[in-house]
Amino acid sequence: MTLLLQILLTFAILSLVAVGGANAVLPEMHRQLVELRGWLDDATFAQLYALAQAAPGPNILVASVMGWRIASWGGMAMATLGMLLPAAVLAWGVAGLTHRLRGAPWLKPAQGGLVPIAVGLLLAAGLVMAEASSQFGLLPLIVVAASTLFVWRTNWSPLWVLAGGGILGLVLLR
Amino acid sequence: MGGPDRPRGSALAAGSRGEHGLRRARMDPFPISGEHGARSERHALPEAPPATVVPTRLDLFLGYLKIGLFGFGGVAAWARRVIVEERRWLTEREYAEVLGLGQVLPGPNVGNAAVMIGRRFHGLAGALLATAGIYCAPLLILIVLCLLYDRYGQLPEVAPAMAGIAAAAAGMVIGTAMKMAGKLKLAPEALVLLLLATFAAAWLRLPLPLIVLALAPLSIFASLWRAGLILNGAASR
Repeated sequence: MTLLLQILLTFAILSLVAVGGANAVLPEMHRQLVELRGWLDDATFAQLYALAQAAPGPNILVASVMGWRIASWGGMAMATLGMLLPAAVLAWGVAGLTHRLRGAPWLKPAQGGLVPIAVGLLLAAGLVMAEASSQFGLLPLIVVAASTLFVWRTNWSPLWVLAGGGILGLVLLR
Repeated sequence: MGGPDRPRGSALAAGSRGEHGLRRARMDPFPISGEHGARSERHALPEAPPATVVPTRLDLFLGYLKIGLFGFGGVAAWARRVIVEERRWLTEREYAEVLGLGQVLPGPNVGNAAVMIGRRFHGLAGALLATAGIYCAPLLILIVLCLLYDRYGQLPEVAPAMAGIAAAAAGMVIGTAMKMAGKLKLAPEALVLLLLATFAAAWLRLPLPLIVLALAPLSIFASLWRAGLILNGAASR
C-alpha cells in the first residue's frame, strides 16, 4: 500500500516537471526510479522504454510500463494516474482561465505567441527522432525524407507511410 | 465547473453578428455580450475562416481513439491530422494555439490539448472523453505487451519493423511541422523564433523547460507588438 502511494506521488511530481512531455522528463524519471529509489536497474529501465515505444499512443505511457514493473498492475494504475492527473487538472484550469479572459484583446495575440514555439519544438522532436533512426543506416533516412514529403505535400493518410516504413524495415533491416 | 464552455443555442444569439460572429460563436463558448467584446473577437479572426464542425461527445471520443491508436512514434502528427484535416473541429490556427498552451504546460502537449479541446466542446464530460479516447487503446496494447514480456522475458522480434516505423514517424512529425508553419502564415519574427526553438532543442539539446522559459516571453512579446498592443499603442490596429 505504501509502495503504491509512493509510486503515485513520485509520478505526480514527475508530471508537474514534464514540460515538453515524455522525452523531456525521461532523464528525471531515470534519476527518480533508478538512482534515488532503486526501484529499477539501468538495463530494465532501457528495456521498458523500448517496450513502451512498441505501442502506439502518447509517449508518456512509458510511465505506465515503469509502474507495472515496480508493482504490477496496481503500480501501472498508480503511475498512469500520477503522470496524467496533475497535468490534466492544470490544463483544465488554464483552459478555464483563457475562457474567462476571452474578451481581453491581448489574449489571442499572447496565445499566438506560443504558436511558433510549439511548431518549432514539434519540428525539433521530428529531427531528433530522425537522428535516432539514422543509427540503422541510410535506409531509415530515405524513409524519413519520403515520409516528410508525403505528409507535408499531400493530404493522404500517413497510415501508408507507417505501413510502408514497417514493411521496408522488416524486409531490409533484418 | 462541469458544464460545457459552449452552451447550445449560442450561435442563434450571435446570428445578427454576421458570418464571422456566427462561426465564432459556434466555436467559442459564450455569445460575447457588448460591442467591445464582439469587435475584439472579430479582430482576431483570419480573413476567411474555413468552416469547422462541432463534434458530438461520441465524435470527440472516437476522434481521440483514432489519434491514440494510430499514433506510432507519438501522437502529435495524428492529432493535427484528425482534428484539423479530417474532422475539422478547429482551424489550423485555433489548433496551433491550443497546442501552444499544451506545450508550455507540464505534461504531454497533445494530452493537455485533449483536455482543453474536450472542455471547449463538452465541458468536463468532453475533457474526460477526449482523455479516455487518447489513452485507452494504447494502454490496452501496452498491457498485452507487458504480459508477453512477462511470459517470454523479452519482446517478440519486432525490432526491424519498429525501426522502419520509427523512421516513417519521424518524417510524419517533420512533415506536420512544415505543413503547420506553411499554413499559419507566420510573421518573419515568429519564423525566426520557431527556428530558434528548433535549433535549441534539436542541435543544442537544451532542456525544453529552459527553452520555453527563454523563448515564450520573447515570442509573446513579439506577437503582442505585431498586434499593435504594445510599444506603438493602438496605432496599427
